Amino acid sequence: MDNQKFCFSSVTLRIDFGFQDRFNLNSQLEHLQSKYVGTGHADTNKFEWMVNQHRDSYASYIGHHALISYFAVAQNECIARVKFEFVEKMLQPCGLPVPRDEQ
Amino acid sequence: MFLYNLSLQAPTAINVAVVGHFSGTKQQEIVVSRITRLELLRADQNTGKMQVLLTHDVFGIIRSLTPFRLTGGSKDYIIVGSDSGRIVILEYNPARNKFEKVHQETFGKSGCRRIVPGQYLAVDPKGRSVMIGAIEKQKLVYILNRDSAANLTISSPLEAHKSHTLVHHCIGLDVGYENPVFACLEVDYSEADLDPTGEAFNNTEKMLTYYELDLGLNHVVRKWIPGGNDGPSGVLVCTENFISYKHQRVEELRVPIPRRRNPLEDKSRGLIIVAGVMHKMKGVFFFLLQSEEGDIYKVTLDYEDDKVNAIKIKYFDSVPVAASLCILRAGFLFVAAEFGNHRLYSFTSLGDDNDEPEWSSEDFIDAGRDMAPVYFTPRELQNLERADESESLNPLIDAKVLNLTDDDTPQLYALCGRGAGSSFRILKHGLEVSEMAVSELPGNPNAVWTTKLRADDLFDAYIIVSFVNATLVLSIGETVEEVTDTGFLSTTPTLDVHQLGDDALLQIYPQGIRHIRADRRVNEWKTPGNRAIIKATTNKRQVVIALTGGELVYFELDAQGQLNEYQDRKEMGANVSCLSIGEVPEGRQRSRFLAVGCDDHTVRILSLDPDNTLDVLSTQALNAPPYSLSIIEMMDIGTDSIHGTLYLNIGLLNGVLLRTVLDTVTGDLTDTRQRFLGARPVKLFQVTIQGNPAVLALSSRPWLSYTFQSRLHLTPLSYDSLEFGSNFTSPQVPEGIVAISSNTLRIFAVEKLGTVFNQASIPLKYTPRHFVLHLPSRNFVILETEHNTFSPSEKKKALDAKISQGVAFDPAIVDLPPEIFGLPKSEPGKWASCIRVLNPFKGITMSLIELEENEAAFSIATVNFHNQNNELFLVVGTAKDANLAPRTCSSGFLHVYRFVDEGNALELVHKTPCDDIPMALLGFQGRLLAGVGKALRIYDFGKRKLLRKCESKAIPNCVVDLHTQGNRIIISDMQESVHYASYRLHDNRIIIFADDTTQRWITTTTMIDYDTLASGDKFGNFFVDRLPSETSEEVDEDPTGNKIMYEKGYLMGAPHKVALIAHYHVGDLIVSLHRTTLVAGGREILVYTGLMGSIGVFVPFITREDVEFFQTLEMHMRNEAPPLAGRDHLQYRSFYTPVKSVIDGDLCEQYNLLPMEKKKMIAAEFDRQPSEIQKKIEDMRVMAAF
Repeated sequence: MDNQKFCFSSVTLRIDFGFQDRFNLNSQLEHLQSKYVGTGHADTNKFEWMVNQHRDSYASYIGHHALISYFAVAQNECIARVKFEFVEKMLQPCGLPVPRDEQ
Repeated sequence: MFLYNLSLQAPTAINVAVVGHFSGTKQQEIVVSRITRLELLRADQNTGKMQVLLTHDVFGIIRSLTPFRLTGGSKDYIIVGSDSGRIVILEYNPARNKFEKVHQETFGKSGCRRIVPGQYLAVDPKGRSVMIGAIEKQKLVYILNRDSAANLTISSPLEAHKSHTLVHHCIGLDVGYENPVFACLEVDYSEADLDPTGEAFNNTEKMLTYYELDLGLNHVVRKWIPGGNDGPSGVLVCTENFISYKHQRVEELRVPIPRRRNPLEDKSRGLIIVAGVMHKMKGVFFFLLQSEEGDIYKVTLDYEDDKVNAIKIKYFDSVPVAASLCILRAGFLFVAAEFGNHRLYSFTSLGDDNDEPEWSSEDFIDAGRDMAPVYFTPRELQNLERADESESLNPLIDAKVLNLTDDDTPQLYALCGRGAGSSFRILKHGLEVSEMAVSELPGNPNAVWTTKLRADDLFDAYIIVSFVNATLVLSIGETVEEVTDTGFLSTTPTLDVHQLGDDALLQIYPQGIRHIRADRRVNEWKTPGNRAIIKATTNKRQVVIALTGGELVYFELDAQGQLNEYQDRKEMGANVSCLSIGEVPEGRQRSRFLAVGCDDHTVRILSLDPDNTLDVLSTQALNAPPYSLSIIEMMDIGTDSIHGTLYLNIGLLNGVLLRTVLDTVTGDLTDTRQRFLGARPVKLFQVTIQGNPAVLALSSRPWLSYTFQSRLHLTPLSYDSLEFGSNFTSPQVPEGIVAISSNTLRIFAVEKLGTVFNQASIPLKYTPRHFVLHLPSRNFVILETEHNTFSPSEKKKALDAKISQGVAFDPAIVDLPPEIFGLPKSEPGKWASCIRVLNPFKGITMSLIELEENEAAFSIATVNFHNQNNELFLVVGTAKDANLAPRTCSSGFLHVYRFVDEGNALELVHKTPCDDIPMALLGFQGRLLAGVGKALRIYDFGKRKLLRKCESKAIPNCVVDLHTQGNRIIISDMQESVHYASYRLHDNRIIIFADDTTQRWITTTTMIDYDTLASGDKFGNFFVDRLPSETSEEVDEDPTGNKIMYEKGYLMGAPHKVALIAHYHVGDLIVSLHRTTLVAGGREILVYTGLMGSIGVFVPFITREDVEFFQTLEMHMRNEAPPLAGRDHLQYRSFYTPVKSVIDGDLCEQYNLLPMEKKKMIAAEFDRQPSEIQKKIEDMRVMAAF
């Protein structure tokens, strides 16, 4: 119950609080990872990181009308098609996933 | 350095447009999002002319909009999805002409993020709930309802998240009063992410998912549901090449999207639907869907009860590709074009009974996925007719600020548009005027008036034209004809005409006053002795005349309609040069003030009160003789007050207009603002613009002072110079101005209020890229380059191949006018490109060179080669077989052209191959500096080709822009910001000695001075970098050049770093920046243009006090007027990097929109009056820009 009063503070504050808190930290991280897509973890590999970067980028391009217009003018496609293709690319932006090392 | 940002023109692009009854009346309005602004438009029910009612800067990115109406309500709300991480519900208040925030609910972080909702909005058609979705995972559903006081209420959000899911689109289904259902097109990537074999990826399918909001249980379920009462429920899913109707437990129906009959079509290329609209009329409904080619199809459903038997599709018409389509009940289609001008079309028919072929899903039941494509022949508009067009610069690709016509202000020359819709535009500061009539008169008239017959008439009855020795009376009807039996004296010139009292008319002429009663009785008042009336002013109850020698005579209408002279006359002691009396205020007997301008450089305010009639209340000394006066009440306080501010406008002989506030109680003159209008004396006339009083000020060019959205504007009219003007209303022209220009009578109207620029447009062929001015001939050389398009020779080759294969086709199909139907698509990697020499004033293309063999032009510069006697050459950088991503080409070229025929034509001198795409060219010390990919080279002119003299390979990615002063070169890299280099003549080396610490994707740069540059990047940031002066000196004072050459790099770059001195998020992708002046005698400022059509300025502050004043004002404004879409202003201006040393003038100008209490409260913080603050804000604008 004691650590309840630290609940309001950020994750980093709780790191040195002993085993129980470390366990808690993990669950908090897991919570963050499930809530915010793309939050990294100790085992994030380069590929996963890249995929997240790309997905974030595409989402940002779509959201900023000026940027998506810029792409559309350069490619000579209509904005709707560029947007459609960006969402399509978000499915697998960096090619096939790399198999994880079995360790 | 501190800068003040002001926008001159808001972005003209529209990303969403929605239609609804936002005022709560029968009339429909359109709300459009111009990305950072919300705008309310209304189309005239009859003429279809569009009018902007309100535009509001929201300081955020609007990504989605939807109208929303509660069950049984009659007024639509506007729901805004933006980058604020909040859902905002707005209501339009027509009385105050304002958007009001009804609700604002926070749900996530700000910014355009992957999982923060805002991208998609869907409402339940019955007005019970709204879904707001992100591109990935998150969807929130809010329940909307009304409380006991009929106010809109919003629930806490219900989550309908699904992780690892990408959303393509989402809509609300019409399910009647069942539980609201939203349909989303989703893709689940969880399996594809885990399967390295790619099998799961190949098996990934798009899912149509229904989300049902269970109103009873208050939660959202993913499932399938039944139909409503107005017709069958379900969704049309528009996929590549076909449209399907889908619904729960119903077999899917599919129909192919008809393709254009075109022998050159790429059959492997799919066709998608980009915009659509559903329209419901009595008992019937239909869809208009638009393909990416711009063709509109009409889609209807064949159904019984709630079972759909077939979907049918037929070609409707072709219009520009839209971002949004809106159908108005008055029979209009609003096409918010994704690029180019937005248009309003009126429906001439619904395309029911033409012989256009129709395809039904019944014919394709067994076809499965690989249905054979069906074809139609595109044609001119048949069902639609263009009603109105609103200019849009989007996409604005490059611009220059130059004064080529030697006007008072420079013009903006811009390259706009995409593909066949491209244009070269000349923008001049001024309001567009639509001319209704021009008629010649028998002589040169001096003056013109219009008058009604009775006070309550809607329209004017007569136009009275005064000549040197006669007066002509014209009656306004179907035609305008001369009439003689009006009671006006026609054998004398006229000084003034006015409708008097309820039903009388008044004519003032040099020898007297004629008071013409309704029963044609005429009362005349003759001047005493030989004296003549020289000036006169009237309103509907009062008359003041000035006799020669400076004597004033005052008349007033009594209750019997008799005009009575006031017993005393007033001796002014100087010649009276002008008079003005204000309109009689609503509910009053008389106007209390008379302004008299005398040629002793004064203007005096005289009282007309019965207690102290003709006593001088106040005097203003002027620096030139007054020429014209006008007392007018302008509605600039805000629409919530009935009374505006009473102004005295003084036009001086030297062309200056003064505007002074006239105190309505004491008659004191305060708060004078002045503006130079032109070289001729300023004449002032009262007119009515959009129902509000306005002043027409005529000098060497006409100006209009009017109120628009509670702000006072003083704008020149883009029209011929005028001599006299008056208001004009008739059934044909509800609100116009009649004016005299030499011996012609002009009737015109001013409609597009609030616009700053008047445009002239010259069509181009392909997307323009860059241009240069050939100064001796004042011609522009424009590069036009289009990806994925047939060049004329390629097209001919492809057609010949088809003919030799024996393919038969109608030649008309391949020669469709591209400005309507666009250019046919080729395949990626194919380019069409040309170099055009254009005379901007005649609008004529002097010569045009098409590039052959898949060459595309990317850069252009004019260079004086020193070894050619400094002759001016044109260098164009091209690339053959250019590929967009990755950026490659088979070969680059530098074409050198000689200007021949006085700069009207080009002659190819030679072509130099290079290894990469030349993206930046610049004349440098009599040679050519070229950025070829990542290499920076100096070329000299050779006989056969350009000779490479020097090269630097220290640029990381790709040179996109070059500037130079002396030996210093500023290089902009596509991805890694700016680099400062020095050219060492003795060693013949280019040495980069400083770079930026931030990586930036530069679009354009300009040098402000030797050490400072301003630049824009692809994410909409503006920044100013400066080289520290000690570094600058150190580099320049290094005689051997060894020091900078062997200096160690710092932070994996050049040895020195530039300092960031200003940073600001503009919100539009800056495509050009110029250091220039915009107003005659004004300060030097930075002008920028943005891709979406925005034009703005950065004004440097001169004094520290001003900076502190505006910083404090900005801070108060952030607190008192938080942006409408819910974005935090400071966060928005610091989108990627914290804002530095730039103050947002647009936010400061919103001070004028605040309610009076807030204005006073903020003003009290400064110990000032609100008017002083307003003056300061206005001064900031008019001193530097317009």
